[in-house]
Amino acid sequence: MQTTTAPARDDLDERLAARGLNRRDFLKYCAAVAAAMGMGPSFAPEVARAVTGGAGRRPTVVYLHNAECTGCSEAILRTSDPYIDVLLMDAVNMVYQETIMAAAGEAAEKALHDAVNGPDGFIAIVEGAVPTAENGAWGKVGNHTMLETSRTVLTKAQAVIAYGTCAAYGGIQAAAPNPCGAKGINDCFGAEGVKAVNIPGCPPNPINIVGTIVYYLKNGTIPELDERGRPLMFFDKSVHELCERREHFENGRFAQSFDSEEARQGWCLYNLGCKGPSTYNNCPKVLFNSVNWPVGAGHPCIGCSEPGFWDKMTPFYHV
Amino acid sequence: MAEAKFDASYNGPVVVDPLTRIEGHLRIEVEVEGGKVKKAYSCGTLFRGLEIILKGRDPRDAQHFTARACGVCTYVHSLATTRAVDNAVGVKIPPLASMIRKLVLASQFLHDHVVHFYHLHALDFVDVTNCIKADPVKAAKIAESISPRKTRADDLRAVQNKIKAYVESGQIGHFTNAYFLGGHPAYNLEPELDLIATAHYLEALHLQVRSARAMAVFGGKNPHPQFMVVGGVSCYDALKAEKIDEFLKLELESVKFINEVYIPDLLAVAARYKEVATYGGTTNFITMGEYFTDDTDLKSGYFPPGLIYDRDLGKVADFDPDNIREHVAHSWFKGTDAMYPYEGKTEPVFTDLHGDGDRYSWSKGPRYNGKACETGPLAQMLVAYAAGHREVRAVTDTVLKTLDIGPEALFSTLGRTAARGIETAVVAGQIENWVRAFREQLAAEKNPKLVEKWEMPKSSRGVGFCTVPRGGLSHWIVIEDGRIANFQLVVPTTWNMSPRDASDVMGPIEEALTGTPLADPKRPVEILRTVHSFDPCIACAIHVIDPNSNEKRVFRVL
Repeated sequence: MQTTTAPARDDLDERLAARGLNRRDFLKYCAAVAAAMGMGPSFAPEVARAVTGGAGRRPTVVYLHNAECTGCSEAILRTSDPYIDVLLMDAVNMVYQETIMAAAGEAAEKALHDAVNGPDGFIAIVEGAVPTAENGAWGKVGNHTMLETSRTVLTKAQAVIAYGTCAAYGGIQAAAPNPCGAKGINDCFGAEGVKAVNIPGCPPNPINIVGTIVYYLKNGTIPELDERGRPLMFFDKSVHELCERREHFENGRFAQSFDSEEARQGWCLYNLGCKGPSTYNNCPKVLFNSVNWPVGAGHPCIGCSEPGFWDKMTPFYHV
Repeated sequence: MAEAKFDASYNGPVVVDPLTRIEGHLRIEVEVEGGKVKKAYSCGTLFRGLEIILKGRDPRDAQHFTARACGVCTYVHSLATTRAVDNAVGVKIPPLASMIRKLVLASQFLHDHVVHFYHLHALDFVDVTNCIKADPVKAAKIAESISPRKTRADDLRAVQNKIKAYVESGQIGHFTNAYFLGGHPAYNLEPELDLIATAHYLEALHLQVRSARAMAVFGGKNPHPQFMVVGGVSCYDALKAEKIDEFLKLELESVKFINEVYIPDLLAVAARYKEVATYGGTTNFITMGEYFTDDTDLKSGYFPPGLIYDRDLGKVADFDPDNIREHVAHSWFKGTDAMYPYEGKTEPVFTDLHGDGDRYSWSKGPRYNGKACETGPLAQMLVAYAAGHREVRAVTDTVLKTLDIGPEALFSTLGRTAARGIETAVVAGQIENWVRAFREQLAAEKNPKLVEKWEMPKSSRGVGFCTVPRGGLSHWIVIEDGRIANFQLVVPTTWNMSPRDASDVMGPIEEALTGTPLADPKRPVEILRTVHSFDPCIACAIHVIDPNSNEKRVFRVL
């Protein structure tokens, strides 16, 4: 655990200038991350310091893709708090990420191998569930089963982030009858000592993983988790508690069909099947793409950050 | 036309696994003879079983499941499913709903193609580290000679310094072990063009955030927007003037970038890689049309459906869905019969590579009238071009003239990449028209309608077609007792990445890779170029028959 003494303000200015970042804009993005972490605007420079690193080496990150749709990778590409190039080039050293990395084949495998066996240690981020049917034969990368590679990499990592509902809880491929025997990371490797931080969501909001990384960079430890392995600072409230339509719920104003005047008026979607009351996430507070979220688009929450939601929350629509 | 370099002394296997910068996991194993690919097999190695999971569920829920087929080509699977269920329940959606679905689809095209070019494909042509050698003043002049946009040498110098500091830090993150490091014989760009492209690679990372935001304005989020229901859309906020303005403003930023950055970069890079037009072609092309005014009529689209056989641009054949069959003879599924999708089965039987009569893939093999067909931007542009589509003809002719090549050069890896740019430019050219039509329709409706009523039939079936950034997509649903009795997805990458069929005819990517020259077989960037030019979206792998022994083998990366 490293202790952080606040560097002089000039140091931050210098760092931002060296990276061609506009201080005002950049601190605005950092304030958004601070807010998602439950901190005030005065925490923004601390976020900025964390993501622009120091003079030393940046922490190495490897990002594994298992059984997934790459939506989580796409989600993190959409972050603007800060933009992805700052994360990739200033905050961390992400040497293995199949969707964006330049290297392929043997050269890519070597990057993974060197990182995992290097002296500096590494952080692992996992997207996707682990197929376990027929000893993992239904899912392979580099002719290794995902099961085998995940075990090798994750048991050596300094910290593991299960990013997205699939990595956290199995996700869609684990829906009944779970043909490929998909499992989430803690379910699959918990007994072997892996304790992943879960950042669920389908996709997860990128600000929740950025905030988790910022916390780790600042404190050298993972944030406090709930009983489902999720950081409390992002997942402590239900979608319903944070929903902008909650007043309609309290006052019994419900839409009864999608083509109704009540739906047009933006009334509560509970009777149409909204799963907001049993779903823990910060979607209404931080929004997706800084602009909207499903209920804002008139569609009920489908509970996508809860374990087993594909079975437990379906049918998604009532009426 | 320049000939592509190849290492004539090389004979033997080449393995690329994982093939990165795609959606999913791809293994390529090819056998090379005299520096050119002799044989290649395409093989999907991840099976998740969405079609099995869907059985017995509520048809209304299906769009959320199928959306998770892919988060890169996001939205399009939920659209194809919703269209299939609309079709099965017999509902005709209101015009405004159709227009909103169409605008969101356009936003997906403009986002997806830009990300593909810069972030998935560009590093096959651009050596990021070479930009350190560039003269920023000269680079700015080149940039202004290829684009109407002003370029400041100081801005390019800042990018150069950033890359220099990054390389000197010794920690080069996602550029670690890139094929281009230390120079590569098949990379052609001068340092100034590498600098321009690198600057735009970084700029596009920011731009794509904003173009994805456009989708979220109407769709709630990106990836995986959540705003459609059977019978229409739920996003009443999309009817508000300020939301329409916001959507259009964000889209116009993309349009400006496409016209002033993407297309000029594409042409500048293509002009220096003309040898990439000498390999990677296929024979037959299929597309389903898109940007329909009536979601139930494939012929109502801005782009026409149809087929081109044997590269003959003189004739467009009609697209008739009844001619689609899915083969499983070389796939890890039970049986050998080619099935009509409504009757299709998905019964996995894993037999390892080349087991049980040479099964080697989790991908099925769609065929049209028994023919393997490429789908995607090249197919859509060829069909539109041959059908005399005004804007497609104009943009295509400009591109061919600028590059000083004939239409025959389109049947290649470079042609496929160029066609994606042409499609992007043509769609970008329509955004304002489509938003205008939406506003006019909205003004004309007294009580604007977004959802049509419908009832779930006891039994029915339906199909939803959609031409998406990666090509022709169709979802097929059979409903019994109000539940899903069968669901089949026939996706663009299944057409393109399909294994051999019951008659041993190769799939399009297998065909395209055959003959590909390799300048440095240890760093086979040409394989990446051809595979990336298809923008593939499922896990797959390609393995080998040794041309000398005809022995089937599985190679391991050493």
